[in-house]
Amino acid sequence: MNKLQIITSGILKNNPTFVLVLGMCPTLGTTTSASNGMGMGLATMAVLIMSNLVISLIKNLIPDKVRIPAFIVVIASFVTIIQMLMQAFVPALYASLGVFIPLIVVNCIILGRAEAFASKNGAFDSILDGVGIGLGFTLSLTAIGAVREILGSGAIFGYALGTADVMPLVFVLAPGGFLTLGYLMVLFNKLAKK
Amino acid sequence: MVAVLFSITLIASAGVGAVNMITVEPIAAAKAAATQQALSEVLPAFERTSIDELEVDGLPIRVYTASNGEALAGYAVETMTKQGFNGVVKLMVGFLPDGTVTNVNVLEQSETPGLGTKMTEEGNPLLASIRNRKLEEKKLVGGKLAVTKDGGDVDALTAATISSRAYVDAINRAWMAMTSVKEGTRPTDVATGATVQHTEQTEEPAAREGERDE
Repeated sequence: MNKLQIITSGILKNNPTFVLVLGMCPTLGTTTSASNGMGMGLATMAVLIMSNLVISLIKNLIPDKVRIPAFIVVIASFVTIIQMLMQAFVPALYASLGVFIPLIVVNCIILGRAEAFASKNGAFDSILDGVGIGLGFTLSLTAIGAVREILGSGAIFGYALGTADVMPLVFVLAPGGFLTLGYLMVLFNKLAKK
Repeated sequence: MVAVLFSITLIASAGVGAVNMITVEPIAAAKAAATQQALSEVLPAFERTSIDELEVDGLPIRVYTASNGEALAGYAVETMTKQGFNGVVKLMVGFLPDGTVTNVNVLEQSETPGLGTKMTEEGNPLLASIRNRKLEEKKLVGGKLAVTKDGGDVDALTAATISSRAYVDAINRAWMAMTSVKEGTRPTDVATGATVQHTEQTEEPAAREGERDE
């Protein structure tokens, strides 16, 4: 697999949200607006790139039996570090995403990529895989968030479109999240097959 | 096997500790800046504040008494309620020395987007009902503010009665706390069961642990 393919496969063929259907909890929870979805996607991508890198570097040192706890410790440390850095330097973003940041630890995408890719491939390829899957996750979350924000609260990235009063509020609530996710998943897979 | 896992956790915790050492000060500064920002949004210009920590109905309420030199500038009350649709709602309420409400700022809420979250918007009916008014001149029910549905005259948010009641509940608590600080009924106020802890504070966040007065 060449380098570019690793990245594009994360966005298309192995898209974590629409194809692998991983990490549904943060997907549904944070996509009430486009900017929240994007923030969550970027934070996950940062953790994913670093955890992929470290795990691919130490994969030969870790005995098979304790690999899952070892991965989780690495991932949890990076999440904690990112959480503290966000709290210190971008408090506004931290305030809107705060509760979801610790959830990155149990996001199956990260453990899934550690297990499926980083523990079998070299450091550079693992970073690329983190970038690809991270971008796929970020784009998917931004798309879902944008659709829900436009349909539910009549705005996009916080800019009001002036249609707030006529839009069905349900799209911002949980049922609308499932509906949007379902329809976008159908659309994505239909387009991807062509 | 054990040794490998142990060393991984050791290195990881050292890393987290190191980042904590770097970020502990910026985090404290960011929090102090956020408090100052929240205070300045509900109060007229002030030079220094002192903090009183009270407990009203088992919930911690913080009263910031702002002053310019010897003159009282107003009170900002960090109040909360657990009656929100999705739990805790925290507000910062500003009072002038005569008890007029200057502004209310929602610090924290997890109400339903598009319904209860309207409480955060500028000029929403809840805020409009009490802004620039003295609360004791409102129509009170049992000595407290209430939404129109409960016999009071605070206009509720459309389709968000629970969130509106929570908001009013937090305002009532702020009012009680402000009154007990203003009248100096401490350390224990009979009516509210409030216990007060008083700390002086200057503008510099670094001096937050300043000397105690009392």
